[in-house]
Amino acid sequence: MNDGSLSYRPINLGRWIIWGGTLVLFIVLPLIFKQGFARTLLAQMGILIIFALSYNMLLGQTGMLSFGHAVYSGLGAYFAIHTLNLIGAHQVVFPVSLVPLVGAVFGMVFGVVFGYPTTQKSGTPFAMITLGIGELVFACSLMFPGFFGGEGGISGNRTVGGNFLGIKGLNFGPDVQVYYLIAFWCFVSMIAMYAWTQTPLGRIANAVRDNPERVEFIGYNTQRVRWLVLILSSFFAGLAGGLSAINFEIVTAENVSALRSGGVLLAAFIGGMLFFFGPIVGAVVFSFFAIALSDITKAWQLYLGAFFVLLVMYAPGGLSSLILMNLRVMSFGKMKRLRDPYLGVALAGLTLLVGVVLLIELTYHLTLEAGGASTITMFGFPLDAHGRETWTFVIAMLAGGGLAFEYMRRRFKQEWDAIHVEIEDWARENPEQA
Amino acid sequence: MTPELALISALNGISYGLLLFMLASGLTLIFSMMGVLNFAHASFYMLGAYFGYQIAKWIGFWPALVVAPLLAGALGALVERFGLRRVHKWGHVPELLFTFGLSFIIVELVQVIWGRPPVPNDLPPELQGHLFTIYTTTFPISRGFIMLVAVLMMVALWLVLTRTRIGLVIQAALTHPDQVEALGHNVRRVFMLVFGGGCALAGLAGVIGGVVFVTEPSMAAVAGAIIFVVIVVGGMGSLAGAFVASILIGVIQTFGLALDYSLAGILRGIGVEVTPSTFGYAVWKLTIAQVAPVLPFLLLVLILIVRPRGLMGTREG
Amino acid sequence: MLRLSMKMAMVACASLIASLAAGLVASDAALAQTQTVKIAFIDPQSGLMAPVGANILHSYQLIADIANRENWAKGVKFEIVAFDNKLSPQESLNAMKAAIDQDIRYLVQGNGSSVALALSDAVTKFNDRNPGKEVLFLNYAAVDPDLTNSKCSFWHFRFDANSDMKMEALTSYMAEQKDIKKVYLINQDYAFGHAVRKAAREYLSRKRPDIQIVGDELHPLAKITDFSQYVAKIKAAGADTVITGNWGSDLALLIKAAKDAGLTANFYTYYAATTGVATAMGASGLDHVRFVGYWNVNNDKVGSLGEKIVVEFKKKYNDDWYTMASYTVIKSLAEAFNKTKSTDPVKVAFALEGMKVQNVNGEVEMRNTDHQLQQVLHIASWQKVDGKKVRFDSENTGLGWRTEKVLDSFVASQPTSCNMQRPARPD
Repeated sequence: MNDGSLSYRPINLGRWIIWGGTLVLFIVLPLIFKQGFARTLLAQMGILIIFALSYNMLLGQTGMLSFGHAVYSGLGAYFAIHTLNLIGAHQVVFPVSLVPLVGAVFGMVFGVVFGYPTTQKSGTPFAMITLGIGELVFACSLMFPGFFGGEGGISGNRTVGGNFLGIKGLNFGPDVQVYYLIAFWCFVSMIAMYAWTQTPLGRIANAVRDNPERVEFIGYNTQRVRWLVLILSSFFAGLAGGLSAINFEIVTAENVSALRSGGVLLAAFIGGMLFFFGPIVGAVVFSFFAIALSDITKAWQLYLGAFFVLLVMYAPGGLSSLILMNLRVMSFGKMKRLRDPYLGVALAGLTLLVGVVLLIELTYHLTLEAGGASTITMFGFPLDAHGRETWTFVIAMLAGGGLAFEYMRRRFKQEWDAIHVEIEDWARENPEQA
Repeated sequence: MTPELALISALNGISYGLLLFMLASGLTLIFSMMGVLNFAHASFYMLGAYFGYQIAKWIGFWPALVVAPLLAGALGALVERFGLRRVHKWGHVPELLFTFGLSFIIVELVQVIWGRPPVPNDLPPELQGHLFTIYTTTFPISRGFIMLVAVLMMVALWLVLTRTRIGLVIQAALTHPDQVEALGHNVRRVFMLVFGGGCALAGLAGVIGGVVFVTEPSMAAVAGAIIFVVIVVGGMGSLAGAFVASILIGVIQTFGLALDYSLAGILRGIGVEVTPSTFGYAVWKLTIAQVAPVLPFLLLVLILIVRPRGLMGTREG
Repeated sequence: MLRLSMKMAMVACASLIASLAAGLVASDAALAQTQTVKIAFIDPQSGLMAPVGANILHSYQLIADIANRENWAKGVKFEIVAFDNKLSPQESLNAMKAAIDQDIRYLVQGNGSSVALALSDAVTKFNDRNPGKEVLFLNYAAVDPDLTNSKCSFWHFRFDANSDMKMEALTSYMAEQKDIKKVYLINQDYAFGHAVRKAAREYLSRKRPDIQIVGDELHPLAKITDFSQYVAKIKAAGADTVITGNWGSDLALLIKAAKDAGLTANFYTYYAATTGVATAMGASGLDHVRFVGYWNVNNDKVGSLGEKIVVEFKKKYNDDWYTMASYTVIKSLAEAFNKTKSTDPVKVAFALEGMKVQNVNGEVEMRNTDHQLQQVLHIASWQKVDGKKVRFDSENTGLGWRTEKVLDSFVASQPTSCNMQRPARPD
C-alpha cells in the first residue's frame, strides 16, 4: 500500500450470504415458533452451539479429545450466577446482558490454571487427565456448599438487572427475550470462533493435530499451542455456561458433571469435527434428541447412543461429512443417478426403523408399565403390547425392512462407488481443476 | 481409631480392592492389546450382575456364577468381532468413542429389559450370615467370598498366562502381534479371545458385586470412574500394577471414611485457632471423611502429572 | 403371505376406527359433564430412589381413582401425570416446564428438599412473570423447615409435618427413654439432612442435656451402596442410639449394613416406614427401630377409612400404602374445588389457606400464615404382627409398626418466620 500501487480483493459473496442468512434465521425463528416449548428448545440449542463449537476448537481443530470440558462451562456458570445474585443484592453494578462475559472470563481463568498441567501431553493421556479433573471438580462441588450450593445448587433471578437499556418490559423475564440474548451471544461467538480458525494460531493448531513432530521442527512449541487453544476454548465454554445460568436460573453440580462433558462430546462428534459448521449441526441434532425426543419417549438415550455408535462405525466424519460428500457429488452433476438408490434405501430404512422403534417402545412399556394399561399409542395408532398381532407385525417389519435395507444398501453402494471411480478418473486427468 | 475400627476398615478395604482388581485385570489385558481404554468395561460388569440375577432366577446362583460370565464374555467377543474390528482402521479416537457410545447403549438396553429401579438381586442363602467376629463387629460371609473368588481368579489368570500354550501366545501377541502372526497364529482370533476374556472377568466381578451390593443401572457409571483411576495409577499394561493400585485405592477410600481429622483440628491441636471467619475456612474444616470420595481422583491427576507411566506401567499410551 | 398382511391391514383399520369412535363418544360425554384436572407428579422414577417414587406414584393413582369413583369433587376428575426428575433440581425444572406446556396447573413433589426448594423458587418466579397462568406446588413430603419459614411462598403448600416438628415429637419421646446415653447422628448431606442434625442437637440439649452426642456424620445423598464403614464408625464411637433422617435407599442400605455388622444400637428415624427398609431390617430390627410419622394404620380402629385404602392398595399393587399425604392432597384439592366452584389455582390457593379437612388421621388444618399443615404425629416401633396392636405387616415380613405414642398437633407445632407476599384476592 505504501508504494502507491492499487490492490483489489473481490467481495466473498458466498460468505456474506451464509452469515447474513444465519443472522436472519436467528431473528426470525421465534416469530415462527411461538409455543413456550419450542422457544426453550431454541434457547438451549443456542447455548449448546456455543459449547459444541468451543469443544471442537479442541477436538476437531487441535486433535485434543477432552472428557472434562464441562468443567469450564460449569465453573463459568457458577461464577455467572453468583454475579447475578450480587447484582440482585445491589452489591455490584453490572448489566445482566454482560453476565455471560463474566462466565467466559472465569472459564478462561480455569483454562489457564487447569490447562497448564493437562496440555503437557496429548492423545490418550490428555483424555484421561481431563476425565480425572472433571471427576475431581464434580466431587469438589459437593464438598464446598458455600460456593457450589450443595445438592440444591445456586439459584438466581435473571430479572434483577432491571430494564435493559431502560426499555420498559425488557427485563429478560419472558422466554423470548432470553432467546434473543442467547441468539446475540451465539452469533457473536460463531463469528469469533470462525475468525479464529483463519488466524495463524488456528492454522498452527490444525498442524499440531495433523503432525505435531513436524510443527516442532518448524519452530513452534506444541505444548504452548495446545495450552493457548485450551484457554480460548474455555473462554467460549464459560460463555455458554454463563448463558445457561441465565436461562435456567439455577446452577447445580450437574453443570460440571461427566454427563455434560459426554453430551458435548456426542454433539460435536455427531455433527462432525472436521468442518466448522459440524458442531452446529451436531448441537441442533443432539438438542432434538435430548429435549424434544425425551418428551415423547423414555428410550431416547438408547436411540441417541445407537445413532452415535452407527455414526462412529460408518461415518466417523459425522453428519457434516455426509452432507459435504453429497454436495461434492452434486457439484459434479452426478446426483440424479443416486435418486433411485436413495429412495430405495430411505423406504427400506424407514420400514426397518419403524420396526426397531416399535420393538423398543413395546419392550419398554412391558417392563416399565407392568401394572398399567397394556396399550400404547404409536404415531396415533393404539397398539396392544400383549397382543400377538402386534408382535407379528413388529417382527414382519423388522425382517422385511432388514432384508430390503440390506439389498437397497448394496445397490446404493454400487452406484456410489461407480460415481466416485468416475470422479477420481476425471480428477486424475484434470489435476489443476480438482 | 480403635483397633476394632482399624481391623474392620482394613478388611473392608481389602475386599473392596480385590473386587476392583477383578474388574481392572480384564481392562488391563484389553488395554495392553488395543492400546485404547475400553469405556464399556464397567458396562460388562453391570451386564454380569444382571445376567447373574436373571439366570439365578431360572437355575440358581451357583450355576449362574459360571454361566453369566461366559455369556458376558461371548457378548464381548461379538462386540469385538463386529464392532471394534471395523472401527480399528479409523484410529484410536474412534475406537475410544465407539466404546464410549457402546457403554451408553448397554446402560439403556439394561433399563429397557430390566427396568429402571434396582432389581431384587439378593445373596443366596449360603452367602448370608457371618464369617467371624472381630471384637464386636461381625464380618459377613459375602465379603469373604469376594476375596476368595478374586484370589482364585488371580491365580487362575497367572497360571493361564504363564503355563499354558494359549497364554504364551497371548503374551507374545500383546507385544509383538506381527511376528506372532508371521509364525502362523491367528492373531485376530487371539484378540477376540482376549477381549472376550476381559469382559468375562468383568462379568464375574459383576455377578458377585451385584448380590453383595445393589444391582441397578447406574452401577456401571460408579464402577467405571474408579477402575479408570486404578488402571492409570497402577500403570497401563501392568497386571501387577493394577493389583497394587486396586488394593491401594480400596484401602484409601475405606480408611479415608473412618478418619474424622481435619486441617483445622490439626492446627487447633498445635495451638492455632481456626474460626469460621478465618480465610479459607471452608478448606480447613474439611475432614478426611468428607474428602474421601475425592481422594482417588486427586491421586489420578497427580500421577498423570508427575509420573504418567503409572506406578508400574510399561507404556504411556 | 398376502392374505395374512391383508388380514392384518383390515384388523389394523378396524381397530383404528373402533378406537377413534370410542374416543369420540367418550370425549363427547366427558366434555359435556366433567372436567379433568391433571396433576403432575415430579419425583424420581429411576436410580436408587426409584422404588420409593414408584410406590408413591401408585399411591396417588389409587387415591385419584377413589376420588373419581366416589366423586369427591363435583364435576371434576383427577388424572396423575408422572415425570421422572432423577432426583435432580435441574431436571425438575425441565419437568415443570414440560408440565406447564401440557396445561397442567398442579404440581406435587416430595422426595428431596433440594428439589422442593428449586421448584418452589421456580413456581414463584413463573407465577410472578405469567399472571393468568399460575401453577400451585403441593409439597407432600419435602420437610426442610425453610420452605415454610425463610423461603415460604404463597404458591407452596406443605402437607407433611416439617423436619423441626418431627424432631420435636421424636425428642419428646426420647426424653422419656432413660436408657439413652450416647447418640450418633448420621444424615444425608443436603438441606434436609442439615436441618435434622441441627434440630437434633438443639432439642436434645434442651430436653436431655445429659445425653452425649458421640458422632455427627454427613454422607452424599442417594449415592452410597456400601454403608459398612459408617456402621464401623458408629460402633467405634460406642453409641447406643442412632438418630437419622435418611430415607429411601440410604436408610435401607444403612440398616442392612448395621444388620450385617451386628450393630445393636436403637435407630430413631423419620422414614423407617418407607419402601425397602422393612425388607432390609427383617427380624433383626425387632424392637430396635422407631420412626416418627403422621399416621400408622395399626393404630386405627378396625374398618377405618385408612384401613380400607391399605387393603385396596395391597390388592392392586401388592405393596404397602403409607404415604397418607396423597389422600390429604387430593381431598384438600377436591374440597377447594367444591368450595370455590372452580379449578383456577389462584382461587384454590386462597381456599386452601386455613382450610380444615377430615383426614385419614383425624382433623388437620392448613395453617394460614405459612401453609404448613398441622396434624398429629405418631412414634411407632417395629414389632411382630399380633393381630391386636399390630394387624398389618410391612412388605410381607410378618412384622409391622406399633404406635407407642400419639402427639396432638399442638405439641409439635412450631412458630414460623414466614412473611409471604400474597397476590390480589380474586372475586
